[in-house]
Amino acid sequence: MKNILKTTVALVTILVAFTSCNNSGKSNGQSGALASNVAEKVYVAPGEYDSHYAFMSGGYSGNITVYGLPSGRMFKEIPVFSQFPTNGYGYSEETKPMLETSYGFVPWDDSHHPDISQTNGELDGRWIFINGNNTPRIARISLTTFETEEIIEVPNSAGNHSSSFITENTEYVVAGTRFSVPVPQKDMPIKDYKGNFKGALSFISVDPEHGHMDIKFQILMPGFNYDLSHPGRGKSHGWFFFTTYNTEEANSLLEVNASQNDKDFIAAINWKKIEEYVNNGGGTMMPANYAHNLYDEATHMATSTMKKEVRVVNPAEVPGAIYLLPTPKSPHGCDVDPTGEYIVGNGKLSANLTVHSFTKMLDAIEKKKFDGDAYGIPILKFEDVLAGSVEQPGLGPLHTEFDGEGNAYTTFFISSEVVKWKLGTWEVLDRKPTYYSVGHLTIPGGNSRKPFGKYMFAMNKITKDRYLPVGPEMEHSAQLYDISGDKMELLLDFPTHGEPHYAAAIPAEIIMKNSRKIYRLAENEHPRKALSDADTKVVREGKNVHIYMTTIRSHFSPDNIEGVKVGDKVFFHVTNLEQDFDVPHGFAVIGANTAELLVMPGQTRTLTWEPKQVGVWPFYCTDFCSALHQEMQGYVRVSPADSNLELSWSLGD
Amino acid sequence: MILAVSLVVGCGDGEKKTTDPYQKSTPEKQPTKVENKVAASERVDLTNKGVGPITSVTLAPEIDQKMVAHGKDVYEKMCTACHKVDKKYIGPSPTGILNRRTPEWVMNMILNPEVMIQEDPLARELLMEFNGAPMANQNLTEEEARAILEYFRTL
Repeated sequence: MKNILKTTVALVTILVAFTSCNNSGKSNGQSGALASNVAEKVYVAPGEYDSHYAFMSGGYSGNITVYGLPSGRMFKEIPVFSQFPTNGYGYSEETKPMLETSYGFVPWDDSHHPDISQTNGELDGRWIFINGNNTPRIARISLTTFETEEIIEVPNSAGNHSSSFITENTEYVVAGTRFSVPVPQKDMPIKDYKGNFKGALSFISVDPEHGHMDIKFQILMPGFNYDLSHPGRGKSHGWFFFTTYNTEEANSLLEVNASQNDKDFIAAINWKKIEEYVNNGGGTMMPANYAHNLYDEATHMATSTMKKEVRVVNPAEVPGAIYLLPTPKSPHGCDVDPTGEYIVGNGKLSANLTVHSFTKMLDAIEKKKFDGDAYGIPILKFEDVLAGSVEQPGLGPLHTEFDGEGNAYTTFFISSEVVKWKLGTWEVLDRKPTYYSVGHLTIPGGNSRKPFGKYMFAMNKITKDRYLPVGPEMEHSAQLYDISGDKMELLLDFPTHGEPHYAAAIPAEIIMKNSRKIYRLAENEHPRKALSDADTKVVREGKNVHIYMTTIRSHFSPDNIEGVKVGDKVFFHVTNLEQDFDVPHGFAVIGANTAELLVMPGQTRTLTWEPKQVGVWPFYCTDFCSALHQEMQGYVRVSPADSNLELSWSLGD
Repeated sequence: MILAVSLVVGCGDGEKKTTDPYQKSTPEKQPTKVENKVAASERVDLTNKGVGPITSVTLAPEIDQKMVAHGKDVYEKMCTACHKVDKKYIGPSPTGILNRRTPEWVMNMILNPEVMIQEDPLARELLMEFNGAPMANQNLTEEEARAILEYFRTL
């Protein structure tokens, strides 16, 4: 059958070549019957659903974008660490507290590594976590509302990169620092870095019911750079593995000075042991200052609380909990296979891919086969922990994912390719180019105990000529591959938003059934809500004027407001009375020094407006809500600061 | 093979394929034109049950006051942005509605407004009479809609 198919395909290809009308300017061998076969694999007919969700980090957009696989269509951008004028996130009074930090209001971040919550090592689809790299933060996003619900700042950290990876029952979301820094921060010469700076690895507990995050402890490690991490799973559950570079502890010209050592380390941390130590009162509470921002779905409001201390643990306090596994050279990705046996260190500058064995590691620890120590942390011998090497698979290995069939897939940045290889035999099975310079790759569930396989996508750092030119700045490109066969097959090339680093993907059926359609008005506990016409009012509190306003197709209530004065601060508290799926209303008022509001059914949002000029000023609905959308408008009369006009409001009178 | 042959045939004569895969094979149903002098809101139609989940409602001779209280509460929370008891507003007043409509029609209009304005000619006319302002689906339960109906019996 296969041969017949091949022959047919070949014949058709030849015929197509002969009968080509010469009317396509560009013929590259991708057209014709073969291409249409591939097209069928990514074609999702109008109105049909994709089979998988993919959640891509936004990189310097600070957000997460949601895609469908295999179509590569983008469904949503979820604002996380960055203000988002599209819906008013980070602009409205309710959401501004989400972006509070110990540095004040920080409206942007660099989001890198999303990870979906797990139960028994399998994706459960309750939440997705992601790290803010620049001003260290971890966010939790609900996968029922697809909104950011919580952000916790990580103190003593800088360049929050080896984050946010979760343990197999979502006990912890883990955040490791890239930069080592003085802990606590102090004024000191930079050149005194070596031996004085610390690298904090933070274990943030996750409440199993609500998902609420709390820093349980921070391990103050030697002053290396902690690059990436992954939890142990299955047999290695209870351990966490971090790649390190700059074990030289250089503080300048790292591209040379941090590439001196033949081997850096993977730090293996027995977090269960440290957890036990901490539960018995171990560690030290240290003064700190970090924000904990929590969004309440009932009040539709976020609150920001500054926390004042954090528990720190010095590795020397818990002997036998931390070991260093020598790994060539400046390893980047740190990936653990579905069984938990193999720990892959992707040495950026190494010719070979290094795979450590968890069993051999335990054995070496048992037999105390140490090769010295670093700041008191035992170093194991490379040969004692090595499971095997993939010999010269490509140039510049970065990250590895798994298909659950005993295969691993590693990206190679310099040689722009994904290489498939076999766990245990270390033989290379296949390689496919990427376009161009791939960073991370993702297989649905590919960093869990139960990968779903089927698809793999590569997220590339360089786009160049893949799409129609749009000037010097362009979006990044991703490529989708079918990995269900022996060989990977390139299916689709699609642009992404921002700079996706890592992504998480999951079969649609796990989360689509839980997706919220509306917020119930009956459950709205916003302190300034208006649940019906009878609740609408305008209240003056000194210079602050609070307008309790409602929307329903297609009017604001009230829509005529008088008695506002220059110098007032006007708060429009807009409650959307709709209770039907996909009927948001927007709100914008002329000259507001902020973004619009987009208010979901049953929700309350607040826009602040400080009118500076006397006049009669319009506001309107920004979301095309009905045939009478253009009629959905109103006026605010602004009188001089010394006016005696009383507040009044009306609709239809 | 079929593909190859069709490519051979399709070549060179400038003929363009006109079949659009998304084009609907049958034209959209045109709205039925209704010539009627009486405004839709004034018209009496006590046979039409409308389109939706409600096919039969039995009204007890006695009005259930407990249900009325519940219905009034839901009505005031979920409906008054557009409907006033004492006057025509964004939508019609519910006062006396059961003299003009069947109980089933009223409940279907509450529970299934999107389909009603598509498929029920009277609902469609009402939409036009009320300037195209659509009846919002407030996602009420059947029990809530039934309570509102009981409240309407008192108006």
